[in-house]
Amino acid sequence: MTDATLNNIKLAPREATTWQRLQVNRNWLGLWFMLPAAAFLILFLAYPLGLGVWISFTDARIGRGGDFVGLENYEWLWDDTVFWLSVFNTLLYTIVASAFKFAVGLYLALLLNQNLPFKAILRAVVLIPFIVPTVLSAIAFWWLFDSQFSIISWTLKKAGLISTNIDFLGDVWNARWSVIFANIWRGVPFVAITLLAGLQTVSPTLYEAATIDGANKWQIFRHVTYPLLTPIIAVVMTFSVLFTFTDFQLIWVLTRGGPVNATQLMATLSYQRAILGGHLGEGAAISTAMIPFLLAAILISWFGLQRRKWQQGENND
Amino acid sequence: MPNNKGKCRLAGGEDWMASVAIRDVRKAFGATGVIHGVDVSIRDGEFVVLVGPSGCGKSTLLRMIAGLENITSGEIRIGERVVNNMPPKERDVAMVFQNYALYPHMTVANNMAFSMKLRGAPQSEIDARVKRAADILGLDPYLQRFPRQLSGGQRQRVAMGRAIVRDPQVFLFDEPLSNLDAKLRVQMRTEIKELHQRLKTTTIYVTHDQIEAMTMADKIVVMHDGLVEQIGAPLELYDKPQNIFVAGFIGSPAMNFIKGTLRANGKLEFEGPGGTKFPLTSAPKASNGRAAVYGVRPEHFHIDDDGAEAVIQVVEPTGSEIQVAAKIAGQEIIAVFRERHQFKPGDKIRLKPDPRLVHLFDEATGQRLNA
Repeated sequence: MTDATLNNIKLAPREATTWQRLQVNRNWLGLWFMLPAAAFLILFLAYPLGLGVWISFTDARIGRGGDFVGLENYEWLWDDTVFWLSVFNTLLYTIVASAFKFAVGLYLALLLNQNLPFKAILRAVVLIPFIVPTVLSAIAFWWLFDSQFSIISWTLKKAGLISTNIDFLGDVWNARWSVIFANIWRGVPFVAITLLAGLQTVSPTLYEAATIDGANKWQIFRHVTYPLLTPIIAVVMTFSVLFTFTDFQLIWVLTRGGPVNATQLMATLSYQRAILGGHLGEGAAISTAMIPFLLAAILISWFGLQRRKWQQGENND
Repeated sequence: MPNNKGKCRLAGGEDWMASVAIRDVRKAFGATGVIHGVDVSIRDGEFVVLVGPSGCGKSTLLRMIAGLENITSGEIRIGERVVNNMPPKERDVAMVFQNYALYPHMTVANNMAFSMKLRGAPQSEIDARVKRAADILGLDPYLQRFPRQLSGGQRQRVAMGRAIVRDPQVFLFDEPLSNLDAKLRVQMRTEIKELHQRLKTTTIYVTHDQIEAMTMADKIVVMHDGLVEQIGAPLELYDKPQNIFVAGFIGSPAMNFIKGTLRANGKLEFEGPGGTKFPLTSAPKASNGRAAVYGVRPEHFHIDDDGAEAVIQVVEPTGSEIQVAAKIAGQEIIAVFRERHQFKPGDKIRLKPDPRLVHLFDEATGQRLNA
């Protein structure tokens, strides 16, 4: 009888139009919600990247759309010693600066994680190099490294350690180490503060447990702190490597790639060839040549970021 | 067979043990004193529970024994050695933390083996000890798992396993069951007690739960505001609390306290609010008219025509017993009956405490007055 009643009161369903069905379709709705983000990504990331890669296959110059020339730009670069020098410089710059940023950043993070007086102020102070605009700090370094007015040379001379000014930015290796130093100075806060955040997620009782288990300070770091910090190290060092590899501002203000291309990085060379030299295609090819390196860095981090076995499994709290 | 480390080996046993002596120990954080002179003696193999409300200094005292906090003054001995300035690893103690403090990136086996690896023990010995601890605690199937993959009770067992592997002179437990649900807590309580009976290692156990203290301890140290209120066997504290604090802290539901005056002219009696009379069997001499607090445990009331009139407020049957909140001359009291009385709120009953089981305290000092 119930069935009969139900059948009686059931309304004959009207055939829903496609539009009506779409209105209640969750997947369709999801697509709409994703649209702004997708538009943003396509417009500001995918399109410029695609365009850059495309231009690298053309002989475009400023003010003149180019024709497709295939791999010609890359063939040119293959035989270009300045390009290979810039690759070497970029790798040296990235590897040395990142290694130091990691070491100093980790050290600072461990230091700031202690119960120091004026802890909050010290943490804020550490962030200063990161807050100052790159160009501003680069100009300050420019003065520090000036061949005539450098305060470093002045101090060393007054101390009687040297007799003539150091040519920080005029000598090939001096210039390289100088820009690397400036980059480290700027990059350390980011690493330090991020690792500090990671350190603060480590429960203090783990240190106490390790102390009672008989671990000394180094063993606690080696067996407890460091393994627990690896996930955040993977993230922060990936970002640090990417930022360093693509650095432009600091070099451009300090040396413009000089002397004799000793500090020419791929990013600065690309700008020089494409914008200043007008060879858009060649510049784009240099930029595109950075992609494999960046991809490698991202892949390393991707594997580093994989959830480790100890992070897996159900949390039964 | 004492050796130079002050350990002693029991005849026929394989367990190492040590006494612990705490002498006038004080602790201050800056100007704030948290422990104001504590004396506790713990015998070899004894299971001692430090119990008290939060902030009473019990955890701080435990951490001082472990070496995680400095001792401001006084002396702590483990076995023959004064350990005041000894780093934790040389004290030969193992600690189980409230949140277990398992290393999340190590397997159960590695968590347990960590201390021995640090000591550079040979792998065969490490394996044997981990195996033994895993056998004792039933952790064999979980040795290759990570802490995240374990339940709360299993993690608790790993934390104990880590302590057992150390084979220390003293086990320290810092509220180890607080993070477990009620059922598991009761189960783990039994397990810890069994473990102690089996290993016979001196154990100091901190808890705020008086039931845990009563059920597990050989000896309970009741602490309050950085002082020891009373030290004694569980039933001793229950039967003869030395002061109002201990009387109120030990036992659940808590003891009823009735303020009033002693009457010792002829018949010894206690006069409560509204002139209600309560029976007494003993009191200090010349105490007629003395202000006092009369303490009765809820289970020591019984219904008697001779008793004080009480108006029932709330009846709470638990199945095994009935808990009744009632008012005697306006003062709320709790009584517990094993019999299934059919009470209703508003009923009037007559309640009389068992005079041999009542407690009498001085109103001013809170100290016990009767024998």
